[in-house]
Amino acid sequence: MKITYAEGIRLGFEYLLENYKDVFVIGQGVWSPWYVGSSMEGLDKKFGRERVIDTPVSENAVTGLCVGAALNGMRPICVHPRMDFAVLCLDQLVNEAAKWRHMFGGQVKIPMVARLIINRGGEQGAQHSQALQSWLAHIPGLRVVIPYTPNDARDLLISATLCDDPVVYIDDRWLYEQQEEAKPIQIYSLSKEALKCIHEGTDITLVGSGYTSLLCKNACEKLKDVISCDVFDLRILNPMNLQPVFESVKKTGRLLVVDGGWSSCGVASEVIARVVEHLRDVTVLKCAPRHITLKNAPAPTSRYLEQIYYPNVEDACKTILDMVKM
Amino acid sequence: MFDFFSKEYLLETEMRGDIAVRILRRIITIRETEEFIARKIESGDIRCPCHLAVGQEATPSVLAEFLNPEDRVYGTHRSHHQYLAVTDDVEGLLAEVLGKKNGCAKGMGGSQHLINIEKGFGGSVPIVGGTIPIACGAALAMKLKDNRSIAIPFFGDGATEEGVFHESLNLASVMKLPVCFIAENNLFASHLHILERQPETSLCRFAKAHLIENIQLDGNDVISLYDHLKQIIRYVRDERLPYFVEVMTYRWKGHVGYREDLDVGVKRKEDLSIWKTEKDPIGRLLSKYESLKDTYENFIREVHKRIEKAWEFAKQSDYADKDFLLSCVYCED
Repeated sequence: MKITYAEGIRLGFEYLLENYKDVFVIGQGVWSPWYVGSSMEGLDKKFGRERVIDTPVSENAVTGLCVGAALNGMRPICVHPRMDFAVLCLDQLVNEAAKWRHMFGGQVKIPMVARLIINRGGEQGAQHSQALQSWLAHIPGLRVVIPYTPNDARDLLISATLCDDPVVYIDDRWLYEQQEEAKPIQIYSLSKEALKCIHEGTDITLVGSGYTSLLCKNACEKLKDVISCDVFDLRILNPMNLQPVFESVKKTGRLLVVDGGWSSCGVASEVIARVVEHLRDVTVLKCAPRHITLKNAPAPTSRYLEQIYYPNVEDACKTILDMVKM
Repeated sequence: MFDFFSKEYLLETEMRGDIAVRILRRIITIRETEEFIARKIESGDIRCPCHLAVGQEATPSVLAEFLNPEDRVYGTHRSHHQYLAVTDDVEGLLAEVLGKKNGCAKGMGGSQHLINIEKGFGGSVPIVGGTIPIACGAALAMKLKDNRSIAIPFFGDGATEEGVFHESLNLASVMKLPVCFIAENNLFASHLHILERQPETSLCRFAKAHLIENIQLDGNDVISLYDHLKQIIRYVRDERLPYFVEVMTYRWKGHVGYREDLDVGVKRKEDLSIWKTEKDPIGRLLSKYESLKDTYENFIREVHKRIEKAWEFAKQSDYADKDFLLSCVYCED
């Protein structure tokens, strides 16, 4: 049986609500047919509106509510239907959730999830399109996961919720229709889990996360007759374990990182920095590592400008060809 | 306003002598510990920023009469008094202020991050307004678990200027959460008087806006606090609904440290002398309970001995191990 990415998310919620009494879900639009797509359809009816709670427009307090509930024996999942809206809750995520365990000498834990949805395009404009994963991956105390496959969308949601640390779970509306064969549920320990190789190759190492993993995979498919790509899906942005990428770059000598955020101080720069630092002997590199990110501007609104703004498979292919030819 | 003096809530409210003794003991423990810390800041022994609560002892000291260890009290940058009232942990506080591993936050918190889960002190942090929604979340957990516990966020008048305060009141009201909000209105946020920040001094108007039962109390009158908080806590515990208490009080020290902020031009000299004399919670309590005067003298001596001993213990304790810096970031490495 095939499942889509959106179904994967919904199945993750179902599994959690069905099996764990201490799990509840709270956030803007979780009863709404359009806020969160089909990824939460019917959950409120199935599990009751005491456990699937739609809220006032109060991102910061609702996130704080989850911190408090997590400190007191619950496993809340806080939903922010646009990552942009979660900017209003950064105080609770960054100052509170990420720090309580450390500030109090390890005496407390905050097993909460903040689910942030990237939902760009569709002429939504600058305040409904952001992909701010690098901000959150900057913060010690937060774990950040970003699934790319439907099975991972389900399993990382479950694993994040069962993890005793605060986890930012980022899903991407541009992946919701992706399908794959459903596998049995796998519950990971996030501290031991790492990125995955999604295609083996020898000419160049491609690294993506979330939607850009799909972009890398598609570029790899498109070029398969001429170039052999080693493709990685990061999955976990903080704490980040890049060991398999180090090995891959030693083999291919070329590294291209594609990220859905901006370039400056971003995930792509971080991956390149770590790889270069790790290599020590940079002569294994056949060309300088490169990255593809958003252009350095807020998201535009018109369809015309959106097409220019967001990186696409053609951009990735062009860069790959350029790098391999060198 | 909810009439808790209606027959359903009509209780014996006269404060018995033994209760007055307990409350006095808490107040003195706080007062003397804070004055001790002030001296140690002045002498340079304590370097961690301490926001002292001399003068504000009464409310938490009375409140502690009505709490269980399963309840959760949350605080702010200025929480020594709440911490001591709820936990009586002078030793843990002094060691924490020195950053030692025997401190209540294992030497990782200092003065502004206090915690004692076992005794019901859920945590204090210095981001203004930060624990208000967290307390509401504790109350939501209590509601979902269907138990009889309640949550109490303490905060100052400055916190009512934060958006999250209003968001939290609204949530507590619409979600019917068992939270007793306690606003300690000491009229100052740092160096700025409330009338330089808000159009009026009373904070109850915010509770009214969110249809939360509310009351303004004299935060330095132990007897009145006892009468009211007893009913209010019972109301929150039984009705599983929020309540908003504003206590009018004053801090004798400046915003941070041992000084009174007169040196930096904060105009409060005359007010301060009134609050230190006729409005002093200790003096007012003693004037009502003549028999406590001997007890008072004894307590002072006892508390001094205890503080000295706790200080020696704190000084001799080790700092947190350096591994701790990395090992308590995440639950799993």
